[in-house]
Amino acid sequence: MFIAIILLFVFPDRKESVVSISWDFFIEVMYILPAVMVMLGLFGVWVPKHLIVKYLGKTSGIKGIIFAIFLGTLPTGPLYIAFPIAAALIKKGAKISNIVIFISTWACIKLPQEIVEFQFLGFSFMLLRLTLTIIFVIIMGLLIEKIIIWDDRRTSKPETV
Amino acid sequence: MNVTVIIINLIAVIGLLIAFVKDRNKAIQSIKMAGKSFIKMIPMVLVIVVFIGLLLGFVPPSQLSKFIGEQSGIGGVLFVGVVGAVMHIPALISFPLAASLLEHGASVSAVAAFITTLTMIGISTLPLEIKELGKKVTLLRNGMSFVIAIMIALIMGAIL
Repeated sequence: MFIAIILLFVFPDRKESVVSISWDFFIEVMYILPAVMVMLGLFGVWVPKHLIVKYLGKTSGIKGIIFAIFLGTLPTGPLYIAFPIAAALIKKGAKISNIVIFISTWACIKLPQEIVEFQFLGFSFMLLRLTLTIIFVIIMGLLIEKIIIWDDRRTSKPETV
Repeated sequence: MNVTVIIINLIAVIGLLIAFVKDRNKAIQSIKMAGKSFIKMIPMVLVIVVFIGLLLGFVPPSQLSKFIGEQSGIGGVLFVGVVGAVMHIPALISFPLAASLLEHGASVSAVAAFITTLTMIGISTLPLEIKELGKKVTLLRNGMSFVIAIMIALIMGAIL
C-alpha cells in the first residue's frame, strides 16, 4: 500500500490509469464474491464433516476414487479444514490414494470456484484445466499410495535393505 | 455485468431462500459463515486490486510477456509456478488476477501453472498438513503436485 502511494506520488501521470484499472477489477470481483461466499456458507453448514468421513472411510476402488473427487469438490471450506478430516479417514482405514485425491480435489476444485474461473478465463480454459487436474490427481494419488506401501514394506523388513 | 454474474447471484439467492424454508437457524448460520469469510477476504482483495492496478498501469505488456509470456518459455512457467506455490491468495481472487495477466501478455501456460500451484500446494499450511497426515504423504503430495501443475500448464499451453 505504501509502495502504491509513493509510486503514484512520483508518477502522477499514471494515476488515472492505475485507479481506473483497480476500480474496474474491484467491481468485477464484487459482482460475484458475495454470491460465492453465500454458496460456500450454505454448503459448509449443510454438509457436515462426519458425513464425509462416514462415506469415504469405507469405499474403495473406482467407486472410492469417484467418491473422493465428489466429496472434495463440495464447497465446504478452506484446505486446513480438510486435513483433520483426512486424518480421521486414515484412522478409519481409508486408502491413501483416496485421501490424497480427496485433499487435492478439495484444494483445487470447488464448484463455485469453477464458475468464477469460467467467468474470468473462459469455458475452454476452465474445462481443460479441470479435466487435466482430475486425471493427474488420480494418477498422483495411486502413485503416492504405491510409494508409501513400498516404503512401509522396505522399512518393516530391514534384512532386505 | 454479464450472464454468468446474474446466474451465480441467482443461484445464491435461490439457495438461500430454500435454506430459509428448510431450516431457519441453519440458514442464518450459513449467512454468518459467508459474512465472516467475506470480511476475512476483503483485505486480500484490496491488496490484489491495488497490485493489479500498479502492475498493469506501470509495466507495459511487452515487459510482462518477456517474463511470463510466450517468449519466456519453460523458465517463465517454472517461475510463476514457484510464485504460486509460495503465495497464499484465495483461489477465488486468483482467477480475475490470472485473467488480467493473460490480457496483458502472460502465456496460457504461465497462468495455468500459477492457478494450479496456488491452489494445490500450500507452503503456509505445510506444518499443519504434516501434523495431520505425516511427513511422507505431505512432502510427496506437495512435491508431485508441483510437477503435475507444470505438466498441466504445458499441456494447456500446447492446446489453447
